[in-house]
Amino acid sequence: MPRLSREARHPVTIILNGKRASGYAEPRLLLVDFLRREIGATGSHVGCEHGVCGACTVRVDGKAVRSCLMYAVQADGRRVDTVEGLGDDSSDLTALQSAFRREHALQCGYCTPGVLMSISDFLERNPKPTETEIREMLSGHICRCTGYAGMVRAVLDVVSNGGAAESPKSE
Amino acid sequence: MTQGHPQSEKFVGQPVERLEDAALLMGRGRYADDLPIRVGTLHGAILRSPHAHAEIVSIDTSEAEARPGVVAVLTGDEIKELTDPFIMVLKLPLQHWSLAVERVRFVGESVVLVVAEDRYQAEDALEYIKVEYKPLPVAVDPRDAAKEDAPLIHPAAGTNVVSVRNFNYGEPDKAFAEADHTVELTIEFPRNSQTPMEGYVVVADYLPGNNTYDVLANFQGPYTVHPVMARSLRVSGSALRIRTPQDSGGGFGVKQAIFPYVTLMSTASKIVGRPVKWVEDRLEHLSAAVAAPNRVIHLEAAVTKDGKVTAFRFDQLDDYGAYLRAPMPGPLYRPHGCLTGPYFIPNLSVTNRLVLTNKTPSGMVRGFGCPQMYFAIERVMQCIAVELDLDPLDVISRNLIPAGSFPYRSAAGAIYDSGDYPKALEIAVEEGDLKELKERRDKARAEGRLYGIGYCAVIEPGQSNMGYLSTILTAEERRKNPKGGSVSQVTVNVEPLGGVSVTADCMPQGQGQGTALAQIVADELGLKPDQIRVNLEHDTQKDAWSIASGNYSSRFVSSTAIAAHRAAQKVRAKLATIAAQSLNVSEEKVSFGGGQIFATENPDNAIKFHRAAGAAHWHPGSLPTELEAGVREIGVWAPPELDSPSDSDRINTSLTYGFKIDYCGIEIDPDTAEVRIDKYVTMHDTGKMINPLLVRGQIEGSFGWGVGIALYEEFVYAEDGSFLSGTFADYLCPTACEVPKPVILHMETPSPFTPLGAKGIGEGNCMTVPVCVANAVSDALDVRDVRVPLTPARVSAMIHGEEAAPPAGRAAPAAKAEGAGRALAGEGTTLVPAAPEEVWKTLLDAEKLAAVIPGCHRLDVVGDNDYRAEVTLGVGPVKGRFQASVRLAELDAPRSATLSGGLDGPLGSSRGSGRVRLEARDGGTEVSYTYTVEVTGKVAAVGGRMLDGATRMLVRQFFERLAAQVGGPPVHESWWTRLLRALGIGQ
Repeated sequence: MPRLSREARHPVTIILNGKRASGYAEPRLLLVDFLRREIGATGSHVGCEHGVCGACTVRVDGKAVRSCLMYAVQADGRRVDTVEGLGDDSSDLTALQSAFRREHALQCGYCTPGVLMSISDFLERNPKPTETEIREMLSGHICRCTGYAGMVRAVLDVVSNGGAAESPKSE
Repeated sequence: MTQGHPQSEKFVGQPVERLEDAALLMGRGRYADDLPIRVGTLHGAILRSPHAHAEIVSIDTSEAEARPGVVAVLTGDEIKELTDPFIMVLKLPLQHWSLAVERVRFVGESVVLVVAEDRYQAEDALEYIKVEYKPLPVAVDPRDAAKEDAPLIHPAAGTNVVSVRNFNYGEPDKAFAEADHTVELTIEFPRNSQTPMEGYVVVADYLPGNNTYDVLANFQGPYTVHPVMARSLRVSGSALRIRTPQDSGGGFGVKQAIFPYVTLMSTASKIVGRPVKWVEDRLEHLSAAVAAPNRVIHLEAAVTKDGKVTAFRFDQLDDYGAYLRAPMPGPLYRPHGCLTGPYFIPNLSVTNRLVLTNKTPSGMVRGFGCPQMYFAIERVMQCIAVELDLDPLDVISRNLIPAGSFPYRSAAGAIYDSGDYPKALEIAVEEGDLKELKERRDKARAEGRLYGIGYCAVIEPGQSNMGYLSTILTAEERRKNPKGGSVSQVTVNVEPLGGVSVTADCMPQGQGQGTALAQIVADELGLKPDQIRVNLEHDTQKDAWSIASGNYSSRFVSSTAIAAHRAAQKVRAKLATIAAQSLNVSEEKVSFGGGQIFATENPDNAIKFHRAAGAAHWHPGSLPTELEAGVREIGVWAPPELDSPSDSDRINTSLTYGFKIDYCGIEIDPDTAEVRIDKYVTMHDTGKMINPLLVRGQIEGSFGWGVGIALYEEFVYAEDGSFLSGTFADYLCPTACEVPKPVILHMETPSPFTPLGAKGIGEGNCMTVPVCVANAVSDALDVRDVRVPLTPARVSAMIHGEEAAPPAGRAAPAAKAEGAGRALAGEGTTLVPAAPEEVWKTLLDAEKLAAVIPGCHRLDVVGDNDYRAEVTLGVGPVKGRFQASVRLAELDAPRSATLSGGLDGPLGSSRGSGRVRLEARDGGTEVSYTYTVEVTGKVAAVGGRMLDGATRMLVRQFFERLAAQVGGPPVHESWWTRLLRALGIGQ
């Protein structure tokens, strides 16, 4: 990695949800601040700034990470996937997103983007989790609205119907 | 209605999926921090008090003003000059401003605002502000603060107990005199908050042309606070435009207390002539936003020998922290009408005392005074069962208000609208299978496990009477300015192509109210919910609002929802008139359904909805003469049942009163003292449900928080007022592993006081879960004094007694130094390869000392052996600049000295002292030291878990550098030598 100057703004290019996105970042600019303010991808939210709540979770090269614990310059040249990349428009929610709506797994929706990114990563690695495993995975996120009940139902629902990524069959 | 025609499809009462969700699930929500800001907008960062109580001696902002990007720095002086103190509910000689003026009264209080080009620069500049404080004695515990000789939080008030009121209903003294038993209990309810995941956001823009403030804020109401903000800014209400965003990342009452920041950022914008934006961070939120008041309640019950309660006597001490911000003391008075719970108790005596302490000001938090109150009531009901050897559920059952008594006027004046409590209890027992739970308990106990069952029954008030707070005044004081009622307003608009849009006076934070409004309006107009566009951005200069507007007190279903119903009815009536003319039938014989308006008796005689609406726009001349052009109707709803308090202090505090009865089984692990909720049953009568899906969401969500209150959540303060819960690693929110699935049961007894029959449901389970779990723990361990949160440490003490003090040794918590909070003590030894005289000289030489003090940039001599230094130090994730003072005293050359001093900076303050001894050994010197350090401020709040280690490391660094300074590396002891010494073997 090239040596970065503390005061300077460095060009950073990421592959955001499959498309190139570029901006400038001081070395200390957090990835989440870069996404929100520099790129304008405001779907990822900041909940605690210390890596506990999970609201800012995005996927970097496929792996779920806290974007409040990573600098933008560390993401340079890498693939970053955020909630904005999950579905295209309201008629085309993924199975996971649809299950969230059906099971009332979100209320204020602030923690939801991070939760969705963690689940997406998790289900790729563990497509048939038990409820206990789902709860353990969700324990990396704090939600203050729902008591998690709807989230657990939604994930169980997706698991029993075959996967998170594909769009639901039209009714 | 014609069978089979689309008009038969109704949506109210159906579990309609939320219209809000698609955007939120795609990351396309529109939260306050997501919205565009004007080019040139500046960003604020706030320097906060590290002290619980101190005089501000001086503030030097000159260095900060010179930092890159800084545009302005505001202190209490500017705020005092440009604004007025916030008005309060009580007329008291206390002043509260948006920045501390002359004195700080809690850790986290705003002291200085830096406005800079970006947030990072604004935060950088905070480090260069020098504030000199003179610490004052603190009052932290409410009972201590209420004592005569307590330090005064506001000396002008002359006392910390700023309001005392006594109430008597019925004949409580007679009832107690005649009672077979008196059962009494004192409970302490902790400080906590539901801490929304999104913090406060304010963007303030002062418009000089007409002296108006345009403010975007994720405020949630009530708009009783709007005049508080406007008055503080010295403008009329119409000159303070408050806009709220479409989406808000959780509220739970908490986003009411954003108002001081609206004033602060507005004032900053006026000074700098540009918009100013501020986004609260998590530490700011936890330490300084808001907390539900902690409360001490002594409750006595007069009881007959068969367990019937004839009177309650409450003595309540409610802790409001450092300032009484509007609408405080709401939590003490909002449930006033419900002080006898769901029980037939005609006699009631109440003493309410408000106390101020050196803690974060209390405010609105979900439950709003009820979790505290029901914790006392339902703990006492259980104690009655234990003392009289009755079944706890029988005690509840015997005292419930009988069926057929509604509307029922409670002792303190609440008009319980409807219900059948005994039937609800029966359903809960049967459908929740209490029998099986009892068998589970018996089996567990037979195996020697710690298992208990708890019960509770509560009334959930919905939609506050805006006059309830005046109960705190005497009847005579009230007569001058009577207050009561609750107004809500909704606008339904039909545009020229027949599209329907709705705006309303609510600011939902996730409750799905947009969906509920769409259901209500769709039903009236014969449309589908997804054909209704609900825009819940609110703008005080453009939308209808009144003081009751907002989202709080579980008011929506009986307030805004009804206003929407009325607005839709007006639209329907207008369109029915238009349609009737073209269908050639009378208005009463017109129906709406399937996007059509048709003759009820001949559905084929129909006109499309959009055609009827279009006529009012495209050809108003064709309308019947009594109709105005356009289709835009405002529905207003002000229920008559919400009157001001009577001369005998009886007050109908809320409009609707739901009923809930819960029970649970818990098991305690005897080794870890962890409480596991094995089964939880919660039974609700919330009247008619507008959307059962949303109702379930409210129950599951309030249940989750209830688990947090019961087992984990508390804002902890040290005895010196230090705040110790500044991160989500310290303030523990339950996760998916800790919140079990509750069994949810329902019955529906419609409210007669609201046209849709629905009752508020937004808060319920945070009122029941804490006491239900506490009752179960009491049952499991046969203990009477149960405090929440039931952390393992607390439960362990209940099982095994208090833990013994740790053995004396390195870095153990210090034995209470005076007023100590986060106090640390330790000792150590270093071998230095130089003679004691050499070491001694170094300690007394300013230049050499500068090199010894870790992180020192600069050292000035201010007196004999008295120094001031600037240092940069870090603890865990935080690092910052401090002003250090170092003094050497009790000099006994070259053998021993006392080093004392302190650190002050934006990250906090510390005071400490230590004794250093020098002893010649093996041609060098053995330097041994003991120290005690107290830490407060940000470092204590976020770094609690690391402080001990960090302090030890810093002290050790000091002595290592001392060794280096006198000519060589210190002789490191091996871990083996240390172990031997620790065991008392070796030297």
